[in-house]
Amino acid sequence: MRKIAIYGKGGIGKSTTTQNTVAGLAEMGKKVMVVGCDPKADSTRLLLHGLAQKTVLDTLRDEGEDVDLDDVMKTGFSNTSCVESGGPEPGVGCAGRGIITSINLLEQLGAYDDDKHLDYVFYDVLGDVVCGGFAMPIRDGKAQEVYIVCSGEMMAMYAANNICKSISKFGKVGTVRLGGLICNSRKVDNESNMIQEFAKKLGTQMIHFVPRDNMVQHAEINRKTVIDHAPEHNQANEYRALAKKINDNDMFVIPTPLPMQDLEDLLVSFGIMN
Amino acid sequence: MLLKHTTSKEIERKSLTINPAKTCQPIGAMYAAFGLHGCLPHSHGSQGCCAYHRSALTRHFKEPVVASTSSFSEGSSVFGGSANLVQAIDTIFTVYNPDVVAVHTTCLSETIGDDLTQIVSKASDDGKIPEGKKVIYCNTPSYVGSHITGYSSQLAAFIKFFSTSTTKKKNVINIAAGWMEPSDMREIKRVAKEMEARIIMFPDMTDVLDTGLTGKYEMYPKGGTTQADMIATGDSKFTLGLGEYSTMDACVKLENKCKVRFKVLDIPIGLKATDRFIMSLSRHANVPVPESITEERARLLDLISDNQKYFYGKRVALWGDPDTLIPLTEFLISLDMKPVYIITGTPGKPFDERMYELLKDVPGAKFKSGANADMFQLHQWIKQESVDLLIGNTYGKYIARDENIPFIRFGFPIADRAGHNFFPKTCYVGATNLAIQILDALMDYQDRTCPEEKVEFQM
Repeated sequence: MRKIAIYGKGGIGKSTTTQNTVAGLAEMGKKVMVVGCDPKADSTRLLLHGLAQKTVLDTLRDEGEDVDLDDVMKTGFSNTSCVESGGPEPGVGCAGRGIITSINLLEQLGAYDDDKHLDYVFYDVLGDVVCGGFAMPIRDGKAQEVYIVCSGEMMAMYAANNICKSISKFGKVGTVRLGGLICNSRKVDNESNMIQEFAKKLGTQMIHFVPRDNMVQHAEINRKTVIDHAPEHNQANEYRALAKKINDNDMFVIPTPLPMQDLEDLLVSFGIMN
Repeated sequence: MLLKHTTSKEIERKSLTINPAKTCQPIGAMYAAFGLHGCLPHSHGSQGCCAYHRSALTRHFKEPVVASTSSFSEGSSVFGGSANLVQAIDTIFTVYNPDVVAVHTTCLSETIGDDLTQIVSKASDDGKIPEGKKVIYCNTPSYVGSHITGYSSQLAAFIKFFSTSTTKKKNVINIAAGWMEPSDMREIKRVAKEMEARIIMFPDMTDVLDTGLTGKYEMYPKGGTTQADMIATGDSKFTLGLGEYSTMDACVKLENKCKVRFKVLDIPIGLKATDRFIMSLSRHANVPVPESITEERARLLDLISDNQKYFYGKRVALWGDPDTLIPLTEFLISLDMKPVYIITGTPGKPFDERMYELLKDVPGAKFKSGANADMFQLHQWIKQESVDLLIGNTYGKYIARDENIPFIRFGFPIADRAGHNFFPKTCYVGATNLAIQILDALMDYQDRTCPEEKVEFQM
């Protein structure tokens, strides 16, 4: 079983990319579980065709300690298992603690047990690694691989660099490694080359360049992944390609985060700061 | 040897504190809350916090200490404690019916960012707070400051929620009492009465945490500053704060809110601090110092001069809280003793400044405050050059035993001796008690340990 965590700047398209990739893996016949680690609980919407999921924490609150795995795990597109951690309403409580509670509970309930025959577990984590709770999925014994979704935009790269800081911190004592950057194109000039260079400097690879295509939006409006909604479309093939690359990936590193100045120099030399 | 691993050699430590000379913020907030009549302290956090704070107070006062808790679970930590607190307020007024609930936070509820203003107003909107009842609150994260900070925050909350000024100023002096024993407060009230000064003391733990055994349990004993008095503090003409760390914040807030001017003094422990307190009270309450008080002072002076040779030059180590350590150090110097080592876990500049001034004439004296000041280092200092007397809370008993040094219990907590509820340490009578205790400890030690041919009948 490979455990994979997807990080990246808020709004970069983590959930969309994760679900489409998962759809690709599922299509290949892999058994995949997705654990959404975002209080908004929208990480499994496309696989489940809507926000149909009762979250782990809501269940915990309503039912107490007596939670059944079936209460929180739903089956989505192509036999994928979908779980949402959930979390408090905006502005109260502690979402970070929510993720810790939720992942511990899933382990207790045996969501990862051998009898589930899982090939993959994907953690889709909200935004930046702002506190200890959001680093839970990459702590020792949890996810071993991290992919960072980014684009050629300054803030996305800055966030990616920050996430690399926490991976290098946890990687030193644990088993977590960076598997690569997924460039979710924003049609920035020279984007692919820049992210490849950025990846090289971090000591990793750009595992795939996902072009921008409106079909993703169309599929989202229909509450489906592209592979589900338009299996023949070229964008579906892009996600299949990404799924295959992740499946075949053997480059796992502890990244070397860049100093701020190097990051800015990179942007200047690739021309978008001008 | 209980503390056999303590060595005289000091190694620089940055991130290790061993036996800190302080405790949790909420303990202070809880203690102060008992100084308000009919008040139930409420701990907004997990049950363990509340249980510890209650037991810490019970061990010292040997009285039932009743407080409620929001009983945080894993769920409350994630979703916030609002639902628990609203439910708690409902239950408290239904079952225990206090006049006031004084909510304080804990590390957990602070860290997840629970907003007490919003939660209490929700409880009010939902009709959970009956007519005429009050819910007040203060923030007490334990990773900041110490129990003294929590005490100070509770006092400030009293001002915020009660003190009100009408247009009519009254000829009354507020006495904001710093952290001291109920017996100390009782003595200050007695002196004020003797002087015929009209005062409102807040908080006032007398007859709350030092009640007698009557056979009948009172959940809300007769003592404590009444709400009416607390409200009326806004109309008093002056406030005397006793103890800068415990009362400065409340004094400033009261001045800002109700234009009551103030002066912050030391807690009246010892000769000079009591002199300053009596003179200030006399001046601001516009009352003369009666003959009876002057006589108490004279009797203290007589005791000191009779026994001067036993006090002279004795080296003393102290630990505890800044508001009591400052006047205590001053008193020991007045007695010609040498307070050589002084530590407090409560952080803050005033302690360092005052100690620097006071200890100018005590060669080799060392003092330290803040999170890194601990009993371990004090013990190391003592091992380097010993002392004749220890004065502090029960945490010093291990050092006293290992080093065979006479030990007087003073401060909080005293978990292993009786008497702090009966013999005040404040004002001239309190200073007399203190001087007698010091003499007893030193003379007992001399009688017990001196060579046989040196045993004196007459001392």
